[in-house]
Amino acid sequence: MTLREAGGPVIPNFGHASSCVTENRFFCTDWFRAHWDDTLQPALLEHLKLSAIAVGIGFVLAFALALVAYRYRRLDHPIGLASDFLYTIPSLALFQLLVPITGLTVTTVEVALVGYTLLILYRNTLEGLRGVPEDVREAARGMGYTPTQSLLRVEIPLAVPAIVAGLRIATVSTVSIATVAAFVIPEGLGRPIFVALGTNVFKTEILAAGGLAIALALVADALLVGLQRALTPWARRHRL
Amino acid sequence: MSFLADEFRPGTFVDAFRFMGDNPGLLAHKTAQHLELSGAALGIALVLALPLGVWLGHLHRGSFVAISASNFGRALPSLVLIAFGLTIFGIGFWNNTFALVVLAIPPILTNAFFGVDGVDRDAVEAARGMGMTGRQVLLRVELPLALPLVFAGVRIAAIFVIATATIAAIAGGGGLGEIMVNQASYRLAGVVAASLWVSFLAFAAAAILGLARRALSPRGAPAR
Repeated sequence: MTLREAGGPVIPNFGHASSCVTENRFFCTDWFRAHWDDTLQPALLEHLKLSAIAVGIGFVLAFALALVAYRYRRLDHPIGLASDFLYTIPSLALFQLLVPITGLTVTTVEVALVGYTLLILYRNTLEGLRGVPEDVREAARGMGYTPTQSLLRVEIPLAVPAIVAGLRIATVSTVSIATVAAFVIPEGLGRPIFVALGTNVFKTEILAAGGLAIALALVADALLVGLQRALTPWARRHRL
Repeated sequence: MSFLADEFRPGTFVDAFRFMGDNPGLLAHKTAQHLELSGAALGIALVLALPLGVWLGHLHRGSFVAISASNFGRALPSLVLIAFGLTIFGIGFWNNTFALVVLAIPPILTNAFFGVDGVDRDAVEAARGMGMTGRQVLLRVELPLALPLVFAGVRIAAIFVIATATIAAIAGGGGLGEIMVNQASYRLAGVVAASLWVSFLAFAAAAILGLARRALSPRGAPAR
């Protein structure tokens, strides 16, 4: 909030609120249009950025971890156990737990979000790789592929459906958890929601920001389904 | 929104356990609220979703509903649902219960459907051949065989609801989340203590459901 020029009115300027807004009716399209540019759109873009970075970093890390565990099976159990525990930690607490270490910064939020994605992506990638039939692996070996070639050209492509399934869950839950991030940093679609909760439960803002969060999750999910179709052309004929 | 951030030391975890020891009354009170909210939500979700999922699975119809429910359910952020609940019901018990019920329905519905739908067709045929009616087949063959998956769904929902009920505190719902959103009063030690306690509750609920599953499963059924 900027300071008004000296000598200006002391009464705060709430703008030209329509009767719909002052009466806090269910949804005020005039407010939505008036505040799209200064509130909703920036929040949506921040939210998109927060989620995309988290899923991106999470994917790279989880993929590497899964490849390691695929080669060295003994590492799987401890990683799996850690995942079960991390998932029961409420996001509200995890964000706060990290604040003293990384401060009230985007890093704090990203570390927590990456943590949540990591485990879903790791699980699915590993299960996808292990689900490749032994016959197929044998056939690859029989064709003279080295283990690395077999991994890159046969096993990973066949694991794509499981990997994308993991990406879908991770992306959608990241978009969801990122709303809580506004509890520690003023970013993302959670911010207008917290603001609205603090100002007499302003319904329009809650419905607008919440609706955008749900829409973002659904659109991202649909895009990933499209990505999977594009990456696995051979599956189209067999499945729906 | 801002809060006072305590310095993090390795001793914070020791402090957290000390906090639990020093404030048994507070924790018991908040735990009771937390479990009341989670239990009510889980109960309502069970009543709504379990019969529907089982029935659709029995008819082998509506797989689209079951799959969409789980996909769509995941896309609903808990904070958004709780805020939505607030706009519909106003502040109180029901806004949070509503949000948690909506979150708990998808895993229960989807797993109940796929559990019953996926029961070995030969077993169902055999039961029919023995002269069982549709309802007998459902109650004596399909449900017992579907129990592992059905319980897996309830388990996921329970863990989810208990962990998410913390966010209810933002909308005046009470429970252990109230300690977590009030670091200024309870310090970081209190936040960590409440968080550990919620994790423990979620694990305990999962363990109890595991025991219940074992008690209810027929001896010959596949244990998963």
